Amino acid sequence: MMSGAGSFMRQASRDSGRLDDEVFGQAFNYRVVARMVPYIIPNKGLVSLAVVSMLVFTATSVAVPWLIGKAIDEYIIQGDFTGLMWIVALFIGNAMLNWGANFTQEVTIARVGQNLLYRLRGDMFHHLQKQSVSFYDKNEVGRIMSRVLGDVYQLQEFLSVAVITVGSLLSLVGIVAVVLFKSLQLGLISLVTIPLLILVMAVWQPFARKAFMRVRRAAAIVNGSLNENISGVRVVQAMNRQERNAETFETKNRENHNAAVHATGISSGLLPSVDILTAISIGLVLFFGARLVGSEALAVGTLVAFVMYIQRFFDPIRSLTMQYTQLQRAMASGIRIFELLDTKPDLEDKPGVRDLPEIQGQIEFRDVSYSYVEGQDVLKKVNMHVLPGQTVAVVGPTGAGKTTLVSLLSRFYDVEEGRGAILIDGHDIRNRTRESLARQTSMVLQEPFLFTGTVRENIKYTHHDVSDGDMVAAAKAVGAHDFIERLEDGYDTLLHERGVNLSVGQRQLISFARAIVDDPRILILDEATANIDSFTEMLIQRALQTLLEGRTAIVIAHRLSTIRGADKIVVLNHGEVEEVGDHDELMDRDGLYAHLYSMNFAALKAAIPE
Amino acid sequence: MILARILALTLAHKWLLAVSLLCVSGATAAYLALPLLLEKAIGEVKRVFDGGDVSDATILSISLAILGVSVLRGALTFGQTYFGERLSQAVAYDIRNRFYGHVQNLSFKFHDTHHTGNLMSRAITDVEAFRMFIMSSLVRSPSFAILFVGTASILLYKDWVLGLVALSFMPVLAVLTAILRLHLRRIWLRVQEDMADLSTTLQENMTGVRVVKAFAAERYEEAKYENSSAAVSDDMIRASRLQALNTSVMVFVYLVVIGLILGIGGTRVVNGHLTIEELASFIFYMQLLSLPVQQAGMVVNSYARAYSAGQRLFEVLDYRSPVQEEPRAAAMPKSSGHVRFNDVSFSYDGRTPTLRHVDIDARPGKVIALVGAPGSGKSTLVNLLPRFYDVTSGSITVDGVDIRETTLKSLRRNIGMVQQDVFLFTASLRDNIAYGREDASMDEIVAAARVAQLDDYISGLEEGYDTEIGERGSTLSGGQRQRMSIARAVLLDPPILILDDSTASVDANTEERIRTAMEAVMKDRTTFVIAHRLSTVHKADEIIVLDRGRIAERGTHEELLARGGAYRRIYELQLRPQEEVMMEFEVPAEMEAAVR
Repeated sequence: MMSGAGSFMRQASRDSGRLDDEVFGQAFNYRVVARMVPYIIPNKGLVSLAVVSMLVFTATSVAVPWLIGKAIDEYIIQGDFTGLMWIVALFIGNAMLNWGANFTQEVTIARVGQNLLYRLRGDMFHHLQKQSVSFYDKNEVGRIMSRVLGDVYQLQEFLSVAVITVGSLLSLVGIVAVVLFKSLQLGLISLVTIPLLILVMAVWQPFARKAFMRVRRAAAIVNGSLNENISGVRVVQAMNRQERNAETFETKNRENHNAAVHATGISSGLLPSVDILTAISIGLVLFFGARLVGSEALAVGTLVAFVMYIQRFFDPIRSLTMQYTQLQRAMASGIRIFELLDTKPDLEDKPGVRDLPEIQGQIEFRDVSYSYVEGQDVLKKVNMHVLPGQTVAVVGPTGAGKTTLVSLLSRFYDVEEGRGAILIDGHDIRNRTRESLARQTSMVLQEPFLFTGTVRENIKYTHHDVSDGDMVAAAKAVGAHDFIERLEDGYDTLLHERGVNLSVGQRQLISFARAIVDDPRILILDEATANIDSFTEMLIQRALQTLLEGRTAIVIAHRLSTIRGADKIVVLNHGEVEEVGDHDELMDRDGLYAHLYSMNFAALKAAIPE
Repeated sequence: MILARILALTLAHKWLLAVSLLCVSGATAAYLALPLLLEKAIGEVKRVFDGGDVSDATILSISLAILGVSVLRGALTFGQTYFGERLSQAVAYDIRNRFYGHVQNLSFKFHDTHHTGNLMSRAITDVEAFRMFIMSSLVRSPSFAILFVGTASILLYKDWVLGLVALSFMPVLAVLTAILRLHLRRIWLRVQEDMADLSTTLQENMTGVRVVKAFAAERYEEAKYENSSAAVSDDMIRASRLQALNTSVMVFVYLVVIGLILGIGGTRVVNGHLTIEELASFIFYMQLLSLPVQQAGMVVNSYARAYSAGQRLFEVLDYRSPVQEEPRAAAMPKSSGHVRFNDVSFSYDGRTPTLRHVDIDARPGKVIALVGAPGSGKSTLVNLLPRFYDVTSGSITVDGVDIRETTLKSLRRNIGMVQQDVFLFTASLRDNIAYGREDASMDEIVAAARVAQLDDYISGLEEGYDTEIGERGSTLSGGQRQRMSIARAVLLDPPILILDDSTASVDANTEERIRTAMEAVMKDRTTFVIAHRLSTVHKADEIIVLDRGRIAERGTHEELLARGGAYRRIYELQLRPQEEVMMEFEVPAEMEAAVR
C-alpha cells in the first residue's frame, strides 16, 4: 500500500466508501429522530418515569397562577381567613410535589440522555472497528473523530434543548387548556396573537437557516486549519512559516466571526417581536377583561392569573429562537452519525462462518489477483506455497505488490470471489472469521505504531495477562531491554503521543517485542528494519532466528542477510511472481534475481574503499 | 483569578461591553416597570369589580403604556443579545488567534507532551465554553443583579414585612449557588480530561488501524474506549444530578415564598392593610424573579465550565516556551555555515542526559555524518541547531555567534531540514514544495522537484503540480513523501543542511539518484547527515560516532577504519552488512529485456 498502490488511492477516494460532510440546514429531521428511538427503548422504565414526572411538573407549575387566582377570588376578597390558610397549605403542598417532580424529571432525563449517548458512541466505535483498512485509506482520521466526538456532543446539547422545548410546549398546552376552561371568551382573546407569531416565525426561519449554515461552514474551516497546523507544527517551525500561517488563520477566523455576528443579528431579531406580542396580548386581556369583570362574568383573581399565564405563553418560542442553531446543528450531526453507522463494512465475515482452528502455518496463494482500482491489477494470478515453519522472503521493485500481498494475507483487504483464493492449512481465509486469523498472525509494520500508555502496556498490548517475566524476555530477545531500562521509569515510562519521545528505531524495537509477546503462528514483517541501524538489526536478526523457529514467516526483505537466510525467495515484478527458489537456486538460474544481485553487489564493492 | 482574566479579555472590547451592559440594564429596568403598570390595571379592574364604571380610556392608556414599555424592552433585549453575542464572538476570535499564534511558536518540548487532540479540544470546546459564559452569564449578570436589587427595594418600600418575606429566599439561593459552583467546577475539569482520553484512544485506534487489525485487538480497543466513554457519561450524570438538585430546591424555596406572600399578604388584605392590586403586584414582581431563579443554576454551570476551560486554556497560553528569543537578539545574516558545538550537553527531562559534552567544529561546506545506535542522541543533536530545544549547558555558535543571541526566524532561515517524520499539508503539491518559500517561481519549484527525483512522477499526474494532496499526504507513498521533504529543503537553499534518515524508505535506484543530486546540493553547504548507510557515511568529511550521548570516536572513514576502534567494529558488524542490501529496485528496461 505504502508504495505502488499509493498513487491509486487518490482516484479511489473519489469513488464510494467515503463520508461526505454536507452542511445541512434543517432544524428538525424526522429520520434522525426516528433513528434515535431504538436507543431510547432500552430505557423504557426511565423514560416513563421521566414522562410522568414531566407531566406532574407541568401540572404543578401551571397550577400556581390558578391557585393564586383562586385564593384572591374565593378567599381574600371574601375575607375568608381559614380558607386562605388552607389554600396556602395546598399551595405549599403543590410546591413540594413540584420539587419532587422537577428533580426526578431532570435526573431521569439526564440519565436517559447519557445512556443514549454512551450507547451511540459505543456503537460508532464498534462499527469503526469492523471497517476494513480501505475505509481508513479513504477517510481522514480527523473527519471521523469529529463525527464520533463532535457530532455526539452536538446531540447531547440537543437533548437538553429538546427537553426544555418539549417542557415549555407541554406547559403551553396546559396553559391554553386552563385559560380556555376558566373563561372561553378571554381565553380566545389571549390566544389571538399566536397566529401572528407563527407568521413571524415562518418569515424568519429561512434566513436563520442560511445564516447558521454559513456559521457552521466557517467554523469547520477554522477547525481544519487549526488541526493541520498543530499536527504539522514541527514543519511549520522548521520552515519559518508561523507569521504567514497566522495571517491565513486570522482570515479564516475573521470569516467565522463575521458569519456568527451576522447570524446573531438574525436570531436576536425575533426577540422584540415576542415581547411586543406578549404586550399586545396582555393589553387585550386587560381591555376585554375589565369589561367582563364589569359584567360580572370574570373575577379579579382570574384576571391576575391570566396576566401571569400570558407572560409564560411565549416561553417555548423564546427557547426555540435561542436554541435554533442548536437544533440545526444537532440534526446535521444526527445525519452524519447515522450515515457513519450505515456505512457497510466492505470486509465482513460471511454469516455463520466458523473460527479458524489452531493452525500449522501452511499458506497457499492460489491464482490471486487484486486491484484497488478496477482494471489496474496490482497482483496478477499470484501462486505461492509456504510450508509450516518456512521463512519466505518477498523481494521486488517499488510497486511490485509486496505490501498488497501481505495485506491480503492479513485480510486488511479481501480477495474478490473468482479472483483466486488464499488458503491457510487448506482453509479459504474468507470462509473463516477474520478475528481467528488475526489472533494467530502478527505483523510488524514499516512505520512502527505505538499507543499512548506505558512501555509495558505497549509490549503486552492485548495480552495483559502475560507475566512481566515473559514481557522482559521478549524485550531482551529483540535487544530492547537495555534502552528501556535506561528510560526514566523503565517499563513504566509513559510514551507521549505514540512515542515521540523515542527514536524511530526504539519504537520499532518495542513493536518487535509486542509481536513476540503475541506469539503468533504466522509472522509478517513488512520492511520492518528500514529504520533500524544495522547493529540493532543484527541483534534482531539473531533474535528472529530463534523467534521464527516453528513459525511461518513472510518477510518483505531488503537485506541480503534476511534474503540469504530465507527458505524461499519470491521475486515479484509488476504484480507477477517472476521467480521462486532459495538463494542458491536463483543464482544458478541466472535470472532476474541473479542479475540484480550481482549488479547490487558490484555497485557496492565500487562504493566501498577497501 | 480566572474570572479576572476573562474580564480582562472582555475589557479589550470596551465599547461592545459598554453597549451590551447598557442594553441589559435598560431592558431590565423596563421589565421592572411592568408590574407597576399591571398593578394600576388590576386596581382599575378592581374598581370596576366593586361596581365602578368601565373606563376604556384608563385601561387603554395603561395597555398602551405596557406596549410602549414592551417595545422598549424588546428593542433593548435585541441589543443585549446582539451586542452580547458580538462581544463573545470578538473575545473568542481573540483567544483563538492568540492560542493559535502561541501554540505555533512553542518549542518542541511542549509539543512532545501535548497531543494534537488535546490541544484541539482546548481550542474548540474550551473556547466555546468561554464564549457561552460571556454571552449568557457575564453580560446578563447585571440583569440578575438589577432584578434582585430592584425588586428588593421596591418590595421593601411598598411593605417592609412582605418585602422581607419576599427576599428571604435570596440568601438560600446565594449559598446553594456557591456550593454548586465548587462541585461543578471539579466535575467539569474531570469531564474535560475524560473527553481528552476518549479522543486520544479514538484517534490512535484509527491512526494505528493496521496494528489493531493485525493483532485482532478490536475487543481490547473497545474495552479501553468503553472505559473512557463510561467515565464521561458518569461524570455528566453526576453534574446533571447536582444541577437538578440545586435548581429544584431553588424553585421550591421560591414557590414557598410566593405561598407565604399569598398567605401573609392575603391576611393583610383581609385586615385592610393592603390592597388587592398591591398584593397582585407583589406576585407579579415575584414572577419576574422566576427566570433568574431557574437560570441561576445555568449561570453557575456556565461559570464552572468557563472556569475549568479557562484553566486549560491559560495553561497553554501561559506556557513559556523554554526556547526564548533574547530581547536584544539580532538577525543572523546569510551564514557562511560555520557551526560549532562547544561542550554541549542536553537533557529532555533535566535528569537523564541525552547528550554529554559534545564538541563539533563544522567548517563551511563540510559534511558531518552522525553514526550511532538508536537513542544515542543523533536526532537530538541536530534538533538543537535550529533551536527546537535549547542546550542544557555549553553553547552552539554559527559563524562565531551564539545561536541564542540571534532571532529564531533568521537562524532557521539559514537551516534546511529533511525531517524523519514527513508532514504534508492539505494543499497542492506546488504549495507543499514551496512551503518555506512562497515567493518561489514555478521554475525553481520544478528544479527542486527534479533534484528530489519527483518531477517525473508529478509531471505524470493529471493535474501535475496543482494536484491536491490530503492529510499527512496519504495519497503519496512513503518514498514520495520523503522526497517532497527533500524538495522543500532544496528550494530553501540554506547554507546549513540537516538530513535525518532522509533516504531510509526509498528504493535503491531512487536512493542512488537522490544521493547524486544531494551531493550536488550539499556542495558549499555545511551538512549534518544522520545516515545509516555506508555510501553516505564514507564520503563525509568527519564521521562522529555517538554512544549514549557521548562522542565515542571521530575522524574520516579511512582514519577511523585504520584506527581499528569502535567505528571499525561498527563497520564490520553494522555498516557493511547493511549495505549488502537487495533493496527495492527499479528494473531497468534493457535489463529486463536481457533477462527474458
